[in-house]
Amino acid sequence: MLEVRGLTRSFGGLKAVDGVDLDVPEGEIVGLIGPNGAGKTTCFAAIAGFVRPDAGSVRFAGRDVTGHAPHLVARAGMVRTFQITQPFARLSVRENVMVGAWLRHGRRAEAEEAADRVARSVGMGAMLDMRAGDLTVAGRKRLELARALATSPRLLLLDEVMAGLNPTEVAEIVGVVRAIRDGGVTILLIEHVMQAVVSLAEHVHVLNQGRIIARGTPAAIAADPAVVEAYLGHGAAARLAGGGGGG
Amino acid sequence: MTPRARLLLALGAVAALALPLVLPSNYAVNVAVMILFSAFLGQAWNIAGGFAGQTSFGHVVFFGTGAYASTILHATWGWNPWLAWPVAALAGGAVGLGIGALAFRAGLRGSYFALVTLAFAEVFRILANSAEFTRGGLGILIKADARAANFQFKDPASLYYIALALVAASLAIAWWLRRSRFGAQLAAIRENEDAARALGIDVLRAKTLCMGISGAMAGAGGTFYAQKYLYIDPSIAFGVEKSVEMLLVSMIGGAGTVFGPLVGAIALGFVGEATRALTSAQGLGLVVYGMILVAIVARLPDGLIGLFARRIRRRGGRDA
Repeated sequence: MLEVRGLTRSFGGLKAVDGVDLDVPEGEIVGLIGPNGAGKTTCFAAIAGFVRPDAGSVRFAGRDVTGHAPHLVARAGMVRTFQITQPFARLSVRENVMVGAWLRHGRRAEAEEAADRVARSVGMGAMLDMRAGDLTVAGRKRLELARALATSPRLLLLDEVMAGLNPTEVAEIVGVVRAIRDGGVTILLIEHVMQAVVSLAEHVHVLNQGRIIARGTPAAIAADPAVVEAYLGHGAAARLAGGGGGG
Repeated sequence: MTPRARLLLALGAVAALALPLVLPSNYAVNVAVMILFSAFLGQAWNIAGGFAGQTSFGHVVFFGTGAYASTILHATWGWNPWLAWPVAALAGGAVGLGIGALAFRAGLRGSYFALVTLAFAEVFRILANSAEFTRGGLGILIKADARAANFQFKDPASLYYIALALVAASLAIAWWLRRSRFGAQLAAIRENEDAARALGIDVLRAKTLCMGISGAMAGAGGTFYAQKYLYIDPSIAFGVEKSVEMLLVSMIGGAGTVFGPLVGAIALGFVGEATRALTSAQGLGLVVYGMILVAIVARLPDGLIGLFARRIRRRGGRDA
């Protein structure tokens, strides 16, 4: 469904994303994890057309969409959410979700009905008439999800939909994301919270300093020394392997 | 629309139609014409500044373009002004598309966009002041010939009904924007451009198109003004005062709402007349007028409509 090859993007002298290869097979949930500043969000932005990659290619559903404008990428069926939620603050939740729904529905009644249905499916049925600006953090994360989902995407790029949520809220969102996948939408998930990814994703790619340093099943990733070092610092893997004997 | 809102709208329409019959003098009818005209121009600004959040300080440029387009066609080329009217709207719309495309392609937002529109209006004023076909600073006089076929009227009531029709049309456009996909796209752009883009909205196209619609409306207004006063010159057609008036009535009434510009124009019209009537001291009326404006802007960020909407919400209603 999504094939990324050699994706590179620099800011000044810093290579934020450096030769990233990434595959997302249809119908799967794929995780992209990495420590803070690893280049995850830039990677997303380059895939979805928000920043132009310096090199590399992005193929979506068999079509080359490298460097295409974000609205064209979205119309093709690949829609991203934002880590820092971007609600249409003075519009109601329903109006927010309708903006997404209008992409595929030409008539107001249809768009409204689709928006209500999507909002309910992510657990926002009771909040339809609330102003988006008045939502809690958890509500805003759900709204990001609902709005993107209302565009009837084939591939959702979710940027840290669980960051800042408490464990109960994380568990709820995990259920929602799984239900979205079961509804036929492929998902690429950026996450900082390891535990959430482990419970959701079939495949995980680990990004560090702009490069993919490991890929595989969540279990394999968690055991990979390179990954442990990226998260916990140089030498951490050896110390852990030493079983605490070395301190 | 709730039955109550429908009833209010019907009553308002009947009152508006009957108004010239009950007003005591031609002067009063004239004031009503100017209020309606101000509401119409305010709505033109509101389409771009309110619904799409593209605050312009130079909307007069479309008004002036329309005024000059139809007046030159009429006075210089002998066209019937009714025929010249749609051309004026097209000219205003074309300038709107042009300025929109240039400014938005350059990525100008917020105060930068506002300043660029102001600059465009000034450039047009200077060009009109120096060009041959606009007769420079002398302006263009339209020969008085008060016949309806000539878009000139002896009685102010006829102009009143034309202004009323303009306002009704502008309200219909605003109402359509509240309901349509295009309007939803503009609202999304106003609130957050990046999020709008992520949801498949062609931001550049929508904003440019909206400037075209807004410009066409203001351009149509230009013809009305020229045919009412039978004279235009560069500072009337492209002066900053009209730009300010357009954005003021819209913001005072409630930017981004359907009835905001109408409410704002009525309020400002009454305040203007009252301050003029209360004092004969030179300039004092303007001082009071200014103070009232400051008070409204400071106390009511959502305009007068916002005040009503808050009331209704407190009573438990919705969709104001």
